[in-house]
Amino acid sequence: MSPTLLTASYLAATILFVLSLGGLSSPETSRRGNLYGMIGMAIAVLATVLGPQVTRTAYPWILGAMALGATIGLYAARVVKMTQMPELVALMHSLVGLAAVLVGYANYIDPAASAGFQGAEKTIHELEIYIGVLIGAVTFSGSLIAFGKLSARISGKPVLLPGRHWINLAGLLVVLWCGGWFVGAHPVDEGLKPLAIMTVIALLFGVHMVMAIGGADMPVVVSMLNSYSGWAAAATGFMLSNDLLIVTGALVGSSGAILSYIMCRAMNRNFVSVIAGGFGTGGGAPAASGAAPAGEVQPVSASETAELLRGSKNVIIVPGYGMAVAQAQHAVYEITRLLREKGVNVRFGIHPVAGRMPGHMNVLLAEAKVPYDIVMEMDEINQDFADTDVAMVIGANDIVNPAAQEDPSSPIAGMPVLEVWKAKNSIVMKRSMASGYAGVDNPLFYKDNNRMLFGDAKKMLDEVLGALKA
Amino acid sequence: MLIGVPRETAAGEKRVATVPDVVEKLVKLGFRVAVESGAGDAANFPDEAYRAAGAEIADAARIWEGADIVFKVRAPSMAEVARMREGATLVSFIWPAQNPELLQALAGRKATVLAMDSVPRISRAQKLDALSSMANIAGYRAVIEAAHAFGRFFTGQITAAGKVPPAKVFIIGAGVAGLAAIGAASGLGAIVLANDTRPEVADQIKSLGGEFVGVDYVEEGSGAGGYAKVMSEGFQKAQREVFAAQAKVVDVIITTALIPGKPAPKLITAEMARSMRPGSVIVDLAAEQGGNCELTEPGQLVVRHGVSIIGYTDLPSRLAKQSSTLYATNLLRLSEELCKAKDGKFNVNMDDEVIRGTTVIKDGNVTWPPPAPKLSAAPPAKPAAAKPAVPEKGKAKHGSAGAPASARATAIAFLVAAALFGFLGAYAPPAFLAHFTVFVLACFVGYMVIWNVTPALHTPLMSVTNAISSIIAIGALVQVAPFQPGAGAADRPTAWIVGLAVVSIALVAVNMFGGFAVTQRMLQMFRK
Repeated sequence: MSPTLLTASYLAATILFVLSLGGLSSPETSRRGNLYGMIGMAIAVLATVLGPQVTRTAYPWILGAMALGATIGLYAARVVKMTQMPELVALMHSLVGLAAVLVGYANYIDPAASAGFQGAEKTIHELEIYIGVLIGAVTFSGSLIAFGKLSARISGKPVLLPGRHWINLAGLLVVLWCGGWFVGAHPVDEGLKPLAIMTVIALLFGVHMVMAIGGADMPVVVSMLNSYSGWAAAATGFMLSNDLLIVTGALVGSSGAILSYIMCRAMNRNFVSVIAGGFGTGGGAPAASGAAPAGEVQPVSASETAELLRGSKNVIIVPGYGMAVAQAQHAVYEITRLLREKGVNVRFGIHPVAGRMPGHMNVLLAEAKVPYDIVMEMDEINQDFADTDVAMVIGANDIVNPAAQEDPSSPIAGMPVLEVWKAKNSIVMKRSMASGYAGVDNPLFYKDNNRMLFGDAKKMLDEVLGALKA
Repeated sequence: MLIGVPRETAAGEKRVATVPDVVEKLVKLGFRVAVESGAGDAANFPDEAYRAAGAEIADAARIWEGADIVFKVRAPSMAEVARMREGATLVSFIWPAQNPELLQALAGRKATVLAMDSVPRISRAQKLDALSSMANIAGYRAVIEAAHAFGRFFTGQITAAGKVPPAKVFIIGAGVAGLAAIGAASGLGAIVLANDTRPEVADQIKSLGGEFVGVDYVEEGSGAGGYAKVMSEGFQKAQREVFAAQAKVVDVIITTALIPGKPAPKLITAEMARSMRPGSVIVDLAAEQGGNCELTEPGQLVVRHGVSIIGYTDLPSRLAKQSSTLYATNLLRLSEELCKAKDGKFNVNMDDEVIRGTTVIKDGNVTWPPPAPKLSAAPPAKPAAAKPAVPEKGKAKHGSAGAPASARATAIAFLVAAALFGFLGAYAPPAFLAHFTVFVLACFVGYMVIWNVTPALHTPLMSVTNAISSIIAIGALVQVAPFQPGAGAADRPTAWIVGLAVVSIALVAVNMFGGFAVTQRMLQMFRK
């Protein structure tokens, strides 16, 4: 295969990747989008393997490694539960990060790779390696910790070391100093030392950064790591002077960055404060003392809930992380189906940061066969609560907290929330009266038209379903 | 303590102050309950049902002379007061402002009297607000009476025999009764218009399917306690013009305008009634207080100029079973407030705002009127700043969220960018610049494409971008065994490089195949 043909193949792959992301703009076109992605990837890999840069002696190695990876990957994709998607995605990000580190090292110790570079070009090339390894290492360790937190192998609570911002600053300075050392280093062996030191610091930094971020901020973290894995690919592309890698990396990087931005906006917080971590624990008393909600909560039983639902015309269900934890999406679907058969208009209101990754709730509901045209975004459905008979909140708290709008001193003031309290009745399913992630008490629970259904979401929904069938 | 429930003696009164379900709960609170034989007959609650619920069926003498507490609907007659045991407690409607002699007579019996019409209008007391319960029923029944007297369908229909236009119903006063009427009328399919002097109820009217008809005259109509107040002369004139205009086009008018302690305002003049189409109906819920319509005759249905004018004053009693149930439940809630210990004893705690307001006589001392309530049901004159600062974002695409950056910030950003590009152009090697161009443009393409992704697909988006980032495999592929132009392979640590590259390929392959496969699996699930 000639170099020009290779370039043309890369161009085709690039276009397919852009089309792939474009396809995700609606569920109808999304499957085609994914197909474009696969074709693009196949073209890129085949063209590279058959191209002038790879000799035949490499084929057995490549085939073996590919087969091994493919087996593991396909197996994981088949067995993973939809509630575990965030973990899987985080784990996969870490693989990209690690690969970026390894490719960076391999490229550095290969004299052939930098043979043609002189002067400024050489410096830039080394910087590219350095940055690629840096981003890759942070992505790798950060994603591993995120994986641990999401799969509850590590506590979801933020771990805050004293003076953590100073630790990070010191790490940054060492990284900069090593960078200077690395660029000036002449023999390869000499340059490996600063590279290794930097890698260790970057790994520690990734661990430290994600450890400090609490469970409910995970959507931001996961999308941020998604972004990093893209930038790592782009940096590798610069290192290898490969436009395909640069373009793809940039696409992925900007995708993750936009998702992080959307998530931050949905929490009315800025990116830096999320990444700095430790929300709801520092900075004065979180629950504003003057605004302690007064009144009593009114518990309701599963059969009364069923009664209320049966007598309604419009129902909106607001799911949260609690639904995912309790694996209650199938029970939710059964209830939805029953009510829809009875002519009740059931819809879902999804807050952008509900769950542990962007779009988490949509995937769970899709898994339970809930049709996507009754699953609405917050902005689409918020004005409809006034016409709703029952708003049912399943395992969500902060995203339905009226204090965000009513109490300017609340820590979550200004965060866009689903206005369930405007419905004629609201039912909140919750295990206990504990406050949500932000540590803010929720005045919704004390409203006159709100009822509390205490208990595990799955168990209670099964009871409601039983009562509805009866 | 023994709760006695006598039969209502007022003419035409069908309600009863307790129902079997409530008797059961009163017994659980520790009370004994005695119901006069036949008390519930008119409301279709037979004696056996009471007995089954745990009540004693007794005659009037036993009730009046034996009971510690008497539950009634209507205010007692003077004869009944005379039969009451000294020091007993009475719970019923009293209307202390209209019935000063009754108040004096009750005080003479050393009674404690709780007036269900004096329950304060605060949120906590809503569950015992019998006036609202009765008004709700009256509003509903008013629509039913109107439909009964009206010669056409309320709902519009297209039938084989021709098209039927929907009835137009105009409701004046959107209090509890008015809102109930709006709900019932729109439930029957009529076009509902409604007016109220209090502008804050416009939303409530809309929520029940009515359309708010405002009076174009600026004056705040909310009085204390969420009730309406008397309006100025100018407002009344403007209001009359609106009503006169409506009277010509609507089929049914239901008036519910009441101002506490005042005769009902005359809103519908004889002139307006005459201007209505023949066959139209006016239901006047204020008939007992003199009526909102000049032609109303309290307690009667009269036909004037071809318009039926209904002035029934016993609308709740016409739905006796429903109103008895709701009233009995209101009394139960009051009993729960008075008997927090669940020991079957009333504790009239005058420090409690609700009980203080309801009690009009305590141990023979008149305590009416109570001090003014502290809270209004609606916050008066909302400050404009109270609107929550919800960021208006909607479909703010392409990250242009919020206001555009100020001119100065934009200028600074451009200057910094210009400096950066200048530096790049001056020092960077051409090969790097070419790649950099590609990189920047790709960032922009990604930015534009990603904003179009629907939020529902964010998880598949992440997993597909993750799969695509496996493109880094190419970096590893070209290092396994690169084409070597000439020599130089001598000092190449081949084993290391191949090892690193092969491990990378394996890692990335997991990602590549796993990522696409799991995305496919997810997307397969999204269906209509």
